[in-house]
Amino acid sequence: MFPELNSILNTSPDHFPRGEFTLVSDRQADASFLIHHFLSFYLRAGCKVCFLGLVQSFSHYSAVSQRLGVNLAQAKEKGQLVFLEGLKETLSILLRENRSSDTDTLSFLSRSPCTDLRGLFGFVRGCVRGEQGPWGPPVLIVDDLSVMLSLGVSADALLDFSHYCQATVCSELQGNVVMLTRGEDEEGEDDEDLGRLLTGLAHSCHLALRVRGLATGYCKDIHGEVELCWRGGRTSVNFSGLTDHRRVYQYKIQDKGVSFFARGTSSAVL
Amino acid sequence: MAARMKNVNKASLNQGVSVTVGTTSFQKKSRSKFVSIPGTRPSVQNGQLIVSTGVTSLDYVIGGGLAVGSLLLIEEDKYDSYSRMLLKYFLAEGVVCGHSLFIASAKDHPDEILKELPAPLLDDVPNTNAEHLQKQGSDPECQDSMKIAWRYQNLPQVQTTLASSTRFGHYFDVSKSMNSEMRQAARCDLFFLPSELPLESPEDISRMNIGYTKLLRSIQGVIHREGFDGACLQNKPRSILRIGIHSLGSALWGDDICYKESPHYAHSLTTFLYSLRALLRGSLSVCMVTVPSHLIQNKAIMSRVTKLCDTVISLESFRGSKRETNPLYKEYHEGLLHVKQIPHLNCLRCEVPDTKDLAFKLKRKQFTIEYFHL
Repeated sequence: MFPELNSILNTSPDHFPRGEFTLVSDRQADASFLIHHFLSFYLRAGCKVCFLGLVQSFSHYSAVSQRLGVNLAQAKEKGQLVFLEGLKETLSILLRENRSSDTDTLSFLSRSPCTDLRGLFGFVRGCVRGEQGPWGPPVLIVDDLSVMLSLGVSADALLDFSHYCQATVCSELQGNVVMLTRGEDEEGEDDEDLGRLLTGLAHSCHLALRVRGLATGYCKDIHGEVELCWRGGRTSVNFSGLTDHRRVYQYKIQDKGVSFFARGTSSAVL
Repeated sequence: MAARMKNVNKASLNQGVSVTVGTTSFQKKSRSKFVSIPGTRPSVQNGQLIVSTGVTSLDYVIGGGLAVGSLLLIEEDKYDSYSRMLLKYFLAEGVVCGHSLFIASAKDHPDEILKELPAPLLDDVPNTNAEHLQKQGSDPECQDSMKIAWRYQNLPQVQTTLASSTRFGHYFDVSKSMNSEMRQAARCDLFFLPSELPLESPEDISRMNIGYTKLLRSIQGVIHREGFDGACLQNKPRSILRIGIHSLGSALWGDDICYKESPHYAHSLTTFLYSLRALLRGSLSVCMVTVPSHLIQNKAIMSRVTKLCDTVISLESFRGSKRETNPLYKEYHEGLLHVKQIPHLNCLRCEVPDTKDLAFKLKRKQFTIEYFHL
C-alpha cells in the first residue's frame, strides 16, 4: 500500500468507494507495482480478496507484500485471500496427455480455439459468493489479463469474462474489481486484439490508471508517469476547488514504496 | 587442468559442507543454505539467488546476474554470431561451476555447440600473481617494501586457485575451445529437434506445435529426473540446471511466425514461453533463449514474447545493420547492446542503470560490454 497514492485517490483502508472497477494499464513501462498496492490495500481493509496471479508465482507476491507490511501466507491460511497460481495450473493442463476432464479452472486452455473462460469465472464466483466469514466486501484482482491473449484466448472472451466479473462482484455484491493489462512496448506495434481488449475495458471501468514511460526517454530518477482518469459521475476536487476527470503524476519506485509527484517536480530536477 | 578443476570443485563443495556444519555461530542461517551450490550467490539488491551469465560485464549490466528460476532472452544479431557466442559463454560458465546443462537446437547439433565452448582462463590469475611476486622477491631493491608479499609467497598455491574458482563468474578465451575432458565431466542433456521428431507428424490439435511440446516435455523430464524441482535427496549435492535454447521461433522449429504476417501458430511460441516460465519458477534452473527477432514479421508477437521473458537483451551488430557504413562506430565497437527489460523478482524495484547506451566489443580473446560514448 502506497500512502501517497491513497491520498491522491482520496481513499484509505477504512474508507473506500465500493462497487468500482479499476483498470490498470501500461505502455512502455511496467505497471505491476500498482497491483501490489491494491493487493495490500484491500487486505488491510479487511476485504475478502480473490487474486488471479497469472504471471508470477505466489512467492513473488508474498515477498513483495512482506516489504509492504502484509503477510500473504497468513491471509491465505485465514481464508481472507484466495490465490490462483496460474503458472502452475496451466503447466499441468498444457502438458497433460489426456484432455478429458473439463472441470478444472483453466481447462479452457487445452481447447483450441478457446471460446469462453467459463471455468475461470466459475472459480471467481465460487470464491466471492462462498462463505464470507468475518471479511468485508469481496475484491477480485487480476494480474494480468492480457497474458491470456498470448495463450490464445480471444479478446472477446476476455471482455465477456470481465463483464461477468463486474456484474457479479461490483453490481451484485458491491465489491471491487482491479484488472491489469500490459500494453505495447514500442510505438507503431499494431496489436489488434490488445487494442480491442483495452478499449473495451476502458469503456466499462470507473477509474483507469494508465502507466507509461517518459516521452522524453529513459531517466534514472523518474521511472514514468501515471495518468488517472475518473469516468462516469465521479470526479476529484483539485487544489483550486475545480473538479477534473484526469490527472497526471510522475512516479519513482523505491524499495518499500512509490513516490508520486507532479510533473517536473522530481527531487532530481529541482 | 581438468583433473585440477575437479579437485577444486570437490574442495569447494567440502568447504560448503564445513560451512554448514559451522565452526562459528555467526553464520547467517538463510545464507548457509545457498553456499552449498557452487557458482551462485545471493543478489546484493534483493537476496535472490543469482548465477553468472559467463560474461562478467553482462552480469553487471543486468544487475549482478541471472536470478535462478528466470529466463533470459537474447534477440539475435543479423548473423547470429554474437548471440551464439553469448549462449556458449553461458554454457561454459555452467561447465566450470559444475552445473548441469541442457542444450536444445533445431539447426546445428547441440554437440557442435558443446564442442565450441570457450576455454576458461582459470589458472592465469594466480600464475601471474606468483610470477609477479617472485620477480619482486628477486629484486633486491624492493625487498624491504614488499615484505608482506614475501610472506604470502610461501603459502601453498592451492588456496589461490580455490579462490579463483569459487569466484562468481569466470573469464573465457574465445580463441580456444574447452578441452574435451572438462566437457565430458559436465552432466549434459541434448535435444536435437530433427532426431526427436517423427517424419510424419500427427495432426496438430493442441495449442503448441509439436516441436515445442516435445522440448517442454524433455525439459520437464530432466528437471524431474535429476531432482531440480526440490525433490532431490538430502545427501546429493545441489546443483543448477542451465538450459540453453538456440534460435527458438525460427522456421526450423516448425514455427511460421518468421515468414508470415498473420501466422497460423500465432500463440505457439508465447504459450511455450509461458509454460517454460512455469517450469523454471518451480525449479533450480536458469534458461537462456536466443530468438531471431528481426525475422519475426508481426511485431505484436515480439512484444508479447518480451513480456513473457524476464530479462531481455537485444544485440544489434554493425555488420548487417544500417549503421555499417559509418566508420565512426566500427573503430571501437562491434555493435550496440540494448537492455530491453530487467525483471523485478521478489521486490518492487528493479535494477536502474545510469545509462542505457551500451555497446559490445569482441577483443582478441573475450566479449565485453562497455558504455557507448564518443
